[in-house]
Amino acid sequence: MIDAVFREEWSRLVAYLCGLFRDVDVAEEAAQEAFEAAARHWPREGLPDNPRAWLRTTARRRAIDALRRARRVVVGLDEGELEELPSPRGDARHPSVGDHVVPDDRLELIFACCHPALARDAQVALVLRSLIGLSTAEIARTFLVSEETMKRRLTRAKAKVRRAGIPFHVPSAEDVGDRLETVLTVVYLIFNAGYGGREDLADQAIWLSRVLSALLPEAATIHGLLALMLFHQARRDARSAGGRFVPLPEQDRALWNREMIREAQGRLDLALRDANRSAYVIQAQIAAEYCKDRFDWQRIVALYTELQRLTTSDIVTLNKAVAVSEAESPETALRMLEDLELDEYPYLHSTRAELLQRMGRLADARAEFARARELAVTDLDRAFPAERLAHLSDHEP
Amino acid sequence: MKYALLIYDTPDAWSDRDDAEAAEVMSRYAAVGSDPMTVGGEQLELPHTATTVRIKDGAELITDGPFVESKEYLGGFYLIAAPDLDAAMAVARRLPAASEGGAIEIRPLVERAP
Repeated sequence: MIDAVFREEWSRLVAYLCGLFRDVDVAEEAAQEAFEAAARHWPREGLPDNPRAWLRTTARRRAIDALRRARRVVVGLDEGELEELPSPRGDARHPSVGDHVVPDDRLELIFACCHPALARDAQVALVLRSLIGLSTAEIARTFLVSEETMKRRLTRAKAKVRRAGIPFHVPSAEDVGDRLETVLTVVYLIFNAGYGGREDLADQAIWLSRVLSALLPEAATIHGLLALMLFHQARRDARSAGGRFVPLPEQDRALWNREMIREAQGRLDLALRDANRSAYVIQAQIAAEYCKDRFDWQRIVALYTELQRLTTSDIVTLNKAVAVSEAESPETALRMLEDLELDEYPYLHSTRAELLQRMGRLADARAEFARARELAVTDLDRAFPAERLAHLSDHEP
Repeated sequence: MKYALLIYDTPDAWSDRDDAEAAEVMSRYAAVGSDPMTVGGEQLELPHTATTVRIKDGAELITDGPFVESKEYLGGFYLIAAPDLDAAMAVARRLPAASEGGAIEIRPLVERAP
């Protein structure tokens, strides 16, 4: 688990250095060295008056040294200028640097890391390293690749940013919508990686959305994504018990994080002020329904229908079918699942199994639960169909 | 930064156009050619006019045709000086091949210290 203060300061420092030097690699190295220096000096000499400014000054010197050693030209700035330079910018969003006011360049860094000229896995790795501050080894574990492979991937991504001239700026008004979409896709991927196993990643994704939302407060879709993630996260402790997955209707609601649900609802309300609802906003509306004490299945089905207008995902159809089975009948729901191309997805089979069980077709249900168990990757995913299967076999007619 | 915009076309792109359409497409290329960011560029003859030279172990091998046979071929290029990749992408989008079956590959030029 990454320390919250470290994460906040790390991301600000790397972003600041990227703004100055236009080089993610130099920025990360220098930030790393500055934090190491802080770990040596601060316990001995006490905390400086302005730790953030101390880190910036130290890291900036390290970066300049590194660039000198590499005899690299710093585009548009001579070295003397660099020594004096407090901040690369001075516009309204970046107030001049006083003793305790320092600009926040993280939005620029986020857009650079999620530039569409980078492959998706490069975007995700860069965000995890530069903004969240995970080590290469930790990122490698998340992706289930070797540390060497991840190191190469990051090195290549950072070289692409530098050599291809990927800008550190907020995209033009014309492009910002599409670019933000990419950023949110990356954030949600990180969240789901956490939801599926590495729990702290879900927290990181939530934190990153909070940062994004503070920097782009007008973007309703960010509030929507944040609401969606908070609704899911609020039920985290209730989702598993004794190493097995607990389906929503059976969850112990006392374990739901009520405060987080209230926050999620607040974010959703903000998102709904914009009449133009993104897919994240609609998904958050659905998640909100699932956090209520009584499920309004008609409304949930209607929301899924709206979502289907924005996305053609088979997963959406699968989730909608579950709601339809409650609002109408398991037969109708089962028919909706016929043409889905999700044959390798365990949840499709456990959903089918449950519908078949409700329809009294127990042999078919058993076959589907067995298939779900076979396809499950994690123990948590396997435990649920395995248990249902055992239960069904006990009640053999 | 300097970028090469490599213009990949499909064989059908030109044969499917009548004279008026071809003139209109050429005028869009010309507009990019006269853009202040553009520092150079040329249109290439079709790939069947290419000659490929290779020397292996001292022996010269000459082949009739392009080095790589593919459906899309390199039809020409522009050299531009742009502040960053976003600006280069904006120019690339204006090239007709980008939206008419072909593609534009944006390649940064190697920067050398002055």
